Amino acid sequence: MSDKTLETQENQEEVLQEIDLIGVDEICAKYAGKKGAVIPVLQQVQEHYGYLSKEMIERIGENINVSPHQLYGVLTFYAQFYTTPRGKYVIRVCRGTACHVKGSGRISEVVKEEFGIGNGETSDDLKFTLEEVSCIGACGMAPVIMINDKTYGNLTPENARAIFREYANKEE
Amino acid sequence: MGEYVVENLEVHVCMGTAGVASGGTEVMEAFRKAFEDAGLPAEVKERNCKVKATGCRGLCARDVLVDIYIPGKEPVTYEHVTAEMVPTIVQEHVVGGEVVAKWAAKKDYYEFYEHQKRYVLKDCGKVDPDSIDDYIAHGGYEAIKKVLKEMTPEQVIEEVKKSGLRGRGGGGFPTGLKWTFCRNSPGDLKYLICNADEGDPGAFMDRSIIEGNPHDVIEGMLIAAYAIGCKEGYIYCRAEYPLAIQRVKRALKVAEERGFLGKNILGTDFEFHLHLKEGAGAFVCGEETALMASIEGERGMPRSRPPFPAVKGLWGKPSNVNNVETFANLPMIILNGADWYASIGTEKSKGTKIFALSGKVKSTGLIEVPMGITVRQLIFEVGGGIPKKRKFKAVQLGGPSGGCLPESLLDTPIDYDSLIAAGAMMGSGGVVVMDETNCMVNVAHFFLTFTQRESCGKCIPCRIGTKTMLDILARITKGQGREGDIELLESLAQDIKVSSLCGLGQTAPNPVLTTIRYFRHEYEAHIKEKRCPGRECTELVKFEVQEDACKKCGICFKVCPVNAITWEKGKVAYIDKSKCVKCRECIVNCPFNAID
Repeated sequence: MSDKTLETQENQEEVLQEIDLIGVDEICAKYAGKKGAVIPVLQQVQEHYGYLSKEMIERIGENINVSPHQLYGVLTFYAQFYTTPRGKYVIRVCRGTACHVKGSGRISEVVKEEFGIGNGETSDDLKFTLEEVSCIGACGMAPVIMINDKTYGNLTPENARAIFREYANKEE
Repeated sequence: MGEYVVENLEVHVCMGTAGVASGGTEVMEAFRKAFEDAGLPAEVKERNCKVKATGCRGLCARDVLVDIYIPGKEPVTYEHVTAEMVPTIVQEHVVGGEVVAKWAAKKDYYEFYEHQKRYVLKDCGKVDPDSIDDYIAHGGYEAIKKVLKEMTPEQVIEEVKKSGLRGRGGGGFPTGLKWTFCRNSPGDLKYLICNADEGDPGAFMDRSIIEGNPHDVIEGMLIAAYAIGCKEGYIYCRAEYPLAIQRVKRALKVAEERGFLGKNILGTDFEFHLHLKEGAGAFVCGEETALMASIEGERGMPRSRPPFPAVKGLWGKPSNVNNVETFANLPMIILNGADWYASIGTEKSKGTKIFALSGKVKSTGLIEVPMGITVRQLIFEVGGGIPKKRKFKAVQLGGPSGGCLPESLLDTPIDYDSLIAAGAMMGSGGVVVMDETNCMVNVAHFFLTFTQRESCGKCIPCRIGTKTMLDILARITKGQGREGDIELLESLAQDIKVSSLCGLGQTAPNPVLTTIRYFRHEYEAHIKEKRCPGRECTELVKFEVQEDACKKCGICFKVCPVNAITWEKGKVAYIDKSKCVKCRECIVNCPFNAID
């Protein structure tokens, strides 16, 4: 882990308050005795808290009787799970083929220029996370990004920058 | 105006992912408001004027698309509609009876559809995906009724075999035959799985089918479940497709309420329970054994075969996996008959195929064409050719498992076997067009970056082999290529192809092999001359204006984001290298290829 990442994590931990794990128990209870519960439980806990902390993973393990090692094995395999907190706005930059040939690499660079974060990183104020994804499936309007669940297409570095600034200036 | 009675008026607003992204929701609201403002009688509006959300019709580049149906008149399509345009359209067209010609779709919009044969997609863009009644009104669930009333499972399989349908997920295995394997496996509990993972970058037909017409997929699965003898089923859908997931969830719930899913379907003994499973972001989960591991809650790693899933699949039970598009073909095969279906396409590839056309082509979007159409027709007739008067360079077919074809192979017919012979493959149907500003080594590097990252790591040829190839390609794009690199890539590629465990590794070298086969000169230019012909590998681009090619138009000056270019009317542009950030905006936008 790089110094930068460690430092960011420390800053972020200060921002976060102590987390109540009761939500984990509630989610796990819905899956009691069901087959193939591991992934949906991880997904829902992550959706509830925004990420999966060590404490949450241990608690899930106790609840559904799966060892934390096994849970880590699963969650590190899939791109969708995060063990560190995520920004309020997750910017997904599509790096699919169509977006690639139409210059989506530059859009990621603009994110870096604006917020100082690279792929997979979250800004210190927990406002933005950059995530390069394989394909959003809106190739007709490449290059494309998603900010949380909203999709923006036909981007240029300049109009992308304007969109990012709009989010940066949003009231908390 | 009082004389003009608007009855049975329908306004359809495109609300696929691209439609919503372009402002579809706002457009729909604006229509609702404009009808109110126009003072159209409230009861008429409520009962007869519908503003209806539909799925994607394929031409995403023109969103937001709006159709206005006024009974007794030709329907009119408007393109690039924004909320601001809506009051004018309602006032002039709906109220005044005059089509707003400047915003109505032009000739090329209709040309895009003219060359297509839309069978699977025929109701996408017409049916409201959230309404089962609308699906039924368009003939939905008639095929499963016919199957349950008139056909034995054996007859259904026979019909599908006779139709010649082959798997649309990429491999092209005969669907009816695959079903037979699972049907003949002993056991009471069998699983039917719909692969809606669609991890291929550049392909989005499965997404559009699910978003546009989810009941069509459910009906296809019912037909397959009845034929094979499955009681339980899963739709495994990418979590990156929130709209698709939302629509499937709703469709499953309503289908169950209406007795199309569950026990005693349509009053018969037939029982089928269907569940949605969200993927978690792993390309390899498109491989069927990996997909099943993922449903079981494990790491999505493929396993060696045999035993095949038809014998031992999900939770050890016989299982059958088909792709979304394959299922969506089934209702019409049943309703129109195998002979009708087999009359479309070529001798060995029947029916139509949906392609996701994107990249450097005028009309990007989803297209459905009969098998056997040539690559040239696909790009230049349906897609309208290459924009900005640039030259065609290559077309990448079949996603990361596919290959790049050059201009000399444009007349290759698109069917499973011809594409394999040319070194590409159907894959899931991604078609990415590239022009002269794209670099083929960079493209190979791009695809291998993807497959290398998505390798599950279980087998060594894929895990270490693709990494080694990627390192070599990276060196070449940075101008550090060495003599012998091309040969080394070729020999590594062959070894990885034959020794990898699953389809991901077995096909990962394809983009590299085809680019070497057809664009070897570009590799050589990188290695020997330290030059990138596509001017995409920035470390090899000089960022200098070629005086003899420059037409002094000033476009580069206007697009440069860091003001590194100086230009005056009638003078050759000049790039200040100390300011240049190598973003390539000037190269991409220069119409004369004057920057090297």
